[in-house]
Amino acid sequence: MTSLSDLVDKAASEIDAADDLAALDAVRVAYLGKKGEITARLKTLGTLPAEERSAAGQEINQAKQAVQQGLNVRREALEAAALEAKLAADAVDVTLPGRGVSIGGYHPVTRAMLRIEKIFRNVGFGIRSGPEIEDDFHNFTALNIPENHPARAMHDTFYFPGGTLLRTHTSPVQIRSMVAEGAPIRIIAPGRVYRCDSDQTHTPMFHQVEGLVVDEHVSFAHLKAVLHQFVEAFFERKAELRFRPSYFPFTEPSAEVDVSWGEGKWLEILGCGMVHPNVLEAAGVDAEKYTGYAFGMGVERLAMLRYGVTDLRTFFENDLRFLQQFR
Amino acid sequence: MKIAESWLREWVDPDLTTEELGHQLTMLGHEVDEIAAEGEGIAEVVVAEVLECGKHPDADKLSVCKVSDGGGELIDIVCGAPNARVGLKTPLAKPGVTLPNGMKLRKAKIRGVVSNGMLCSAVELGLGDESDGILELPCDAQPGQPLVELLGLPDAVIDVDLTPNRGDCFSILGIARDLAALTGTVLKDEDVAPVIADIDDTHPVELVEPAGCPRFAGRLVRGIDPAARSPLWLAERLRRAGLRSISPVVDVTNYVMLELGQPLHAYDAALLNGPIRPRLAKKGEQVTLLDEKVVELSEDTLVITDDSGPIGMAGIMGGLSTAVGDTTTDVFFEAAFWPQDFMAGRARQYGMHTDASLRFERGVDPQGQGRAVERATELLLQIAGGQAGPLVDDTVAEHLPRRADIVLRKQRVTHLLGLEIDDEEVRRILESLQMRVEHNTGGWTVAAPSHRFDIKYEVDLIEEIARIHGYDSIPETTLASAAPLEAVTESRIEMERAAATLIARDYQEVVTYSFIDPDANRKFTGHDSELVLSNPIAEGLSVMRGSLWPGLVAAAAANAARQQERVRVFEASRSYHGTLGEHTEVVRLAGLATGPIAPEQWGARAQSVDLFDIKADVEAVLALACGTAGLNFAAVEHPALQPGQAAEILRGDTLIGVIGKLHPKLAREYDLKRPTYLFELDAEKALASKVPAASEVSKFPVIRRDIAVVVDAGVSAHELVAAVAASAPDLIRDVRLFDIYTGEGIEAGRKSVAIGLILQETSRTLTDEDADSAMAAAVAKLEHKFAAYLRD
Repeated sequence: MTSLSDLVDKAASEIDAADDLAALDAVRVAYLGKKGEITARLKTLGTLPAEERSAAGQEINQAKQAVQQGLNVRREALEAAALEAKLAADAVDVTLPGRGVSIGGYHPVTRAMLRIEKIFRNVGFGIRSGPEIEDDFHNFTALNIPENHPARAMHDTFYFPGGTLLRTHTSPVQIRSMVAEGAPIRIIAPGRVYRCDSDQTHTPMFHQVEGLVVDEHVSFAHLKAVLHQFVEAFFERKAELRFRPSYFPFTEPSAEVDVSWGEGKWLEILGCGMVHPNVLEAAGVDAEKYTGYAFGMGVERLAMLRYGVTDLRTFFENDLRFLQQFR
Repeated sequence: MKIAESWLREWVDPDLTTEELGHQLTMLGHEVDEIAAEGEGIAEVVVAEVLECGKHPDADKLSVCKVSDGGGELIDIVCGAPNARVGLKTPLAKPGVTLPNGMKLRKAKIRGVVSNGMLCSAVELGLGDESDGILELPCDAQPGQPLVELLGLPDAVIDVDLTPNRGDCFSILGIARDLAALTGTVLKDEDVAPVIADIDDTHPVELVEPAGCPRFAGRLVRGIDPAARSPLWLAERLRRAGLRSISPVVDVTNYVMLELGQPLHAYDAALLNGPIRPRLAKKGEQVTLLDEKVVELSEDTLVITDDSGPIGMAGIMGGLSTAVGDTTTDVFFEAAFWPQDFMAGRARQYGMHTDASLRFERGVDPQGQGRAVERATELLLQIAGGQAGPLVDDTVAEHLPRRADIVLRKQRVTHLLGLEIDDEEVRRILESLQMRVEHNTGGWTVAAPSHRFDIKYEVDLIEEIARIHGYDSIPETTLASAAPLEAVTESRIEMERAAATLIARDYQEVVTYSFIDPDANRKFTGHDSELVLSNPIAEGLSVMRGSLWPGLVAAAAANAARQQERVRVFEASRSYHGTLGEHTEVVRLAGLATGPIAPEQWGARAQSVDLFDIKADVEAVLALACGTAGLNFAAVEHPALQPGQAAEILRGDTLIGVIGKLHPKLAREYDLKRPTYLFELDAEKALASKVPAASEVSKFPVIRRDIAVVVDAGVSAHELVAAVAASAPDLIRDVRLFDIYTGEGIEAGRKSVAIGLILQETSRTLTDEDADSAMAAAVAKLEHKFAAYLRD
């Protein structure tokens, strides 16, 4: 009969030779299964004299444990190898593109408009809107531009039969908001405006953001501060501003604002002024008690400067190759 | 307005360079568009006198001249100008000189005859856009004298963009006044010495409409030389201001207008019939204007008449019948004051726009008429001789504009500007602008000069103070506003968030015009727009859109034409409805998708977008507001959509939008080759939301039971799901329609629908009996409502 230690050695070499889990299990069955060789040895214990049984039993158990341990180690190794093989088979080319839809984007004009809104909202301005198909009163008369006023000629107004018009600026929202809410008021009014003009630097539709602050002690100094802060916030840089006297019938004093654009260059970016007392009165606000400032800026102009767009008309051509640069 | 620097400096001469001068004008509110250099690159051109002039032996149109440049030897020049003649003084460019147009002169042989330079025209010297020969210089020009010295060059022409409130600045005098105030420089005396009358003759003027013509200055000048020509200096000044020299009489009127701001007119006195009477036109009257256009006058228009009827449109343009011409010897000057009320918008009403109308509309100094006539007379006598009659200056004082006293409060100046300005400085500024200033308690009483039409209110004075003191000097002060913070509503989803949802689903925002083509509008909305522009840019941009779809489809088509096969765009803006006077503007969120669902990809099958792709996009947006419960997509017919692939979107009973497939007929018209899907939401309704109200989440397990029923093919998924949900509302948490089958085993006209019931209670664990009873209730409901039967 083979010695126990030989049996263990033989099992060990068979364990080593088993190169998959099935083969390994066959080894287990051959030695430790119900009819396994080591199990068979245990069964023979009963035939031994009582005084030898304990020692022999111990010996056989040690052998069994040794085989079991060998099996365990080998199983873990085989399992690890199997997992590794499976993972290796699962490996993908991680540089392949992802699946599904990509992402769209805002139109650059909206993108600029949302920035403007955010900046003013942050300091407590409310946002208002008004009709685009306007009447003469709100677009002109209430803004201190009576009929036949030369300033009307500058506006290139689109008319409907009977004198209704497309608003030429967002300023009518000043009137509507003051009439509805009175003073004090602190708002901006973004939106579409229309002028009957179409060439390289004009489109018949464009966007403006109007600003209006009316309160008891509003001065030109406040207007200068808010616009300076706005320009620096919008362009995210220090900027020098130049306020030039100008003329808008609805503000007095009026100014056009230029921003420094390197090399001693000044670029006009918006118009502003102190709300004309006639405008306050037309909107039912006490012009003795309250003063206010107003400003209006062209969103396309700001977007062009911010994003380096050189041709205004590209905003309205809706070429996806152009638009997708702004998402 | 174009201003020659040399002319301006004759009136006010501050110690500033040309560039600084331009900057100061800009900072005064007279924005400088351009400063153009005049007479550069002609420093070496000199005056020459033609001493001999004969025909070229081999060329009919050329002359061979001998000219003197003041040096010893005569110079041979071959010249092609028709006006080359003996005795003419003209500019000479000698070999070696390069002219402004780039021409470099060399000694040359022209058709065999030597030419040592060139006699120059205005165009060749960069001094004009047209010329009909070489430049004719004054007889007293000295041969050899540099041309620039003779012409007062180089000069700069400053192009100023004047604002419409400053009618007083439409002249050299006006700009000079402002500049004098700003710089504290002396202004040339505005007064013009009166011309002493040589004769007593005059022409009668009757102010029969004093409100429309409260002042009329005139003068008769007899016996001018019709052959006289305007001197070079005068023609040059006009040219630099952008006007052409025509004849001494016309040039003089233009010159005085440019200098003093008062438009003048000159009549051929021999052609006038009886007294000049300015009045309002009568119905049906006509006048033939200087430009030979016949104008039908309306009754609100001031005309100048004589016994023959209208002879000119007041302040706009003179008439042809009394115009000065080549043979005119007797001239009657007119310098009138036409009030703004009668002039504003009038020229535009006739489609006209003249130098005179521009000034009268904006306001001409009512005190400047006599002065203008004096100046014109003085110049005309100098140039063309003649004898002046006495000045006629008829005035109806009560109809002249009056400059009321304005109270200016010191505290108001400080308050409005946010800057305290010294009393003395305020006074100095106002007086420098020729205002009359008196001190009173708390401020001043101020009267504006007659030429300022823009000073009516206290704020107008404050602006003047700020303007001259300098906007730069006003500090920046942050305002602490009393306006309260605004509530942020949750009753409406912000458009920005809805748009962001579409963007996250790969839609690109576009911006399209609010006005569109009337045909397109009809095709997409099924009716004509009532909102039609009277003066559109083009027919294709003439009606206010009733839908955003035409713009989106056009944008998609344009991109498809640029080889973009996959287009997903949206627009968030308004559509316009109803009729004028009762129109509404509805904010819409509209989208379009065409082409593959996703960009071409290695691991996904290319699949064209269909209705259910954009439906998911729409549902994602709608889910922002109140979730998708209560939404219903109901089949509908729509003029722009393919029948059977169009639905109205309802939330409860409220119509919130439309979705569907672009009708193939329209797709063909726009050359969209792939199926195109569209949606349009009414933002106010679709994005109406409410504050979420939290409810308890069940801790108990979910049971799922699936059933498959056979129903008529026409029964909608929405109906089935709603019926199941309502069958055992306490137990059924969710209903999922997860399969639809037609074909073998199902009779024609019916379909098999598989529905999953998700069952859960918040207070207890459901039993199998609960689930069975819920399922039974659902089946019973379907059997009852749709004659459904369970499929084995």
